[in-house]
Amino acid sequence: MNVTQAFRLAIKSLRTSKMRAFLTMLGIIIGVAAVIIIISLGNGLTGMVEQQVEKVGVNQIYAYTWGMGDGTTKNVTPEDMYAFIDAHSDLFDGITPWVGGGQGIRCGGEEYQKTSVYGVSEAMYRIQTGTTLDGDTLSKGRYLQYVDIVARSNVCVIGAYVEQEILDGDALGKTISISGVSYTVVGVLAQTQEELREGSGDDQVFIPYPNAMLLSGSSYVSLYQITASSRDTVMEAQALLLDFLQTFYQDEAGEHIYEYYYVQSMLDQVNQINAMMGVAMMVLVAIAAISLLVGGIGIMNIMLVSVTERTREIGIRKSLGAKRKDIRRQFIIEAGTTSALGGFVGILLGCLVAMGIGSLLGGILVQSLGASGVTFNATPTLGAVLVSFGVSVGIGVLFGYLPANKAAKLNPIDALRYE
Amino acid sequence: MRPVEHLIELKDVYKIYPMGSEDVHALDGVSLTIDRGEFVAIVGQSGSGKSTAMNIIGCLDVPTSGTYHLGGVDVSTMNDDQQAEIRNKMLGFIFQQYNLIPKLTVLENVELPLLYAGMDAAERRERARRALERVGLADKAKHLPNQLSGGQQQRVSIARALAGEPSVILADEPTGALDSRTGREVLGFLQKLNAEGDTVVLITHDNSIAVKAKRIVRLQDGRIIYDGDAKDPRAVVRPEESAEEAGA
Repeated sequence: MNVTQAFRLAIKSLRTSKMRAFLTMLGIIIGVAAVIIIISLGNGLTGMVEQQVEKVGVNQIYAYTWGMGDGTTKNVTPEDMYAFIDAHSDLFDGITPWVGGGQGIRCGGEEYQKTSVYGVSEAMYRIQTGTTLDGDTLSKGRYLQYVDIVARSNVCVIGAYVEQEILDGDALGKTISISGVSYTVVGVLAQTQEELREGSGDDQVFIPYPNAMLLSGSSYVSLYQITASSRDTVMEAQALLLDFLQTFYQDEAGEHIYEYYYVQSMLDQVNQINAMMGVAMMVLVAIAAISLLVGGIGIMNIMLVSVTERTREIGIRKSLGAKRKDIRRQFIIEAGTTSALGGFVGILLGCLVAMGIGSLLGGILVQSLGASGVTFNATPTLGAVLVSFGVSVGIGVLFGYLPANKAAKLNPIDALRYE
Repeated sequence: MRPVEHLIELKDVYKIYPMGSEDVHALDGVSLTIDRGEFVAIVGQSGSGKSTAMNIIGCLDVPTSGTYHLGGVDVSTMNDDQQAEIRNKMLGFIFQQYNLIPKLTVLENVELPLLYAGMDAAERRERARRALERVGLADKAKHLPNQLSGGQQQRVSIARALAGEPSVILADEPTGALDSRTGREVLGFLQKLNAEGDTVVLITHDNSIAVKAKRIVRLQDGRIIYDGDAKDPRAVVRPEESAEEAGA
């Protein structure tokens, strides 16, 4: 008995009892659809995180340095850090300190208390990409430059809100006052939020970090953002940095004192998020797989009924010379075809539902996270589709084996006499 | 090597079924030879052992003891799959209930034994068509069995039995489900096949049908009580007597 004949026969018997075929497949359909939906949504979320991170750059490393005695007794200075980065220019692209310059600026006699002031270095801006490390672009003017930092120039780069709402547009060359010192606007960042709002990401001012240190009255920097030369060198760069800080902070006995510093890379975070999502997805897929199991049992059940119903047919076939393997193959192919069809429908259904949920959820997520320029793509991977299909065929064959074997072993005399 | 080769040779065949504490001897020492080109009717009342005989001759069952050679090959100790192959190559069955598969077309039904013989599609089709032409149903090839009359269905089953060009055609009560006129047609057909050289073994309880064969083998209580020419008056025990015997 050849395979194509068995396959045609399987399709025929599915077609003759559509309702039964559908109900038999339902378990597989639901199981496969659930797996596809979960994997699609998981992919969507992971993709969103990836995009968000890509915007900032996966090659970012954050070094928190609190130092001993709140930084007064012993702490790395920006000069130490710069020296370290310069010594390893193959691994690092640049470093910028982050210094909180407090809140509030004055302009034209008005006080704007919600505007945030940060001290950064020229390394905050990446010339290659034309964006800051935060992913912002310049709409006008230039970013802070090396000379501004060295000379502690009173210049600033402002957010779109500051330009539009505080300086009434066309801000280049205008001045704002921070703690009584006038700063000249040399650059304006492009708008990042849909709406210009007070205190938002557009309501920010960036000044050279030495100036911000003076403003805040602190003699040290507690956060550095460091750019590794590429995604591939992040881990190595991070390890080297860690080593440098460990050496710096160890006590006389050479013991490491971890609470004085902390290093974290964007890649760490991405890996952490991905690992968490991976575990969550595995658990969900495992739960969904239970319904595949139930679907398989459904197929086995209906195949057992089918074998009983077709006892006489089996007897006829055997009397005409069908061997056990011929009968077994016929029923296994029938079970496999049923579950494969169920798997196919399940994949289609899963993709459709995932797309539906994806566009709903994606919109909400992107909006609530304020993550502009990030999209939520709830699509399954080709691998997931192929594996789901393979698994559903496998389930049919596996659960079809027992009924098929029962059919194959029927005694032809009894089977022929069966009414 | 065996000295004389008969097509069918049963030697001292017993078929014993355990029934509770007793053993039922469905066949009780049957020896029988049938040669190529014969038309033999195996006759007997129900319980005479004729169905068991047909199962064993048809390689659907094996004897408890004794030997059965079919075409010179000992088939009495074969397993399931080996028997299936013998059935496929050497035997053509015609059943009382036609036993066509309702989901398959007439042509597909006739093709079945060829399919299990592993024949390729084109040759299968060609031979199934020829078999249908022989029974005069070539025009019904695409029909489903339930679109045909009982007589036509039985002719399809004859075509199916012929398609594999078997050594023996085994007909089990082939007229049992047909009206007498159609029954006569089918019998006439079997006679025609025999005249064309086919070996036919007919199993029936009906003397009036058995006499259409050339030779009658009468079974009673698992034993052969008559084996000879169908025209011999002793071949046909009067119905009253056989009823008594069955009741005894």
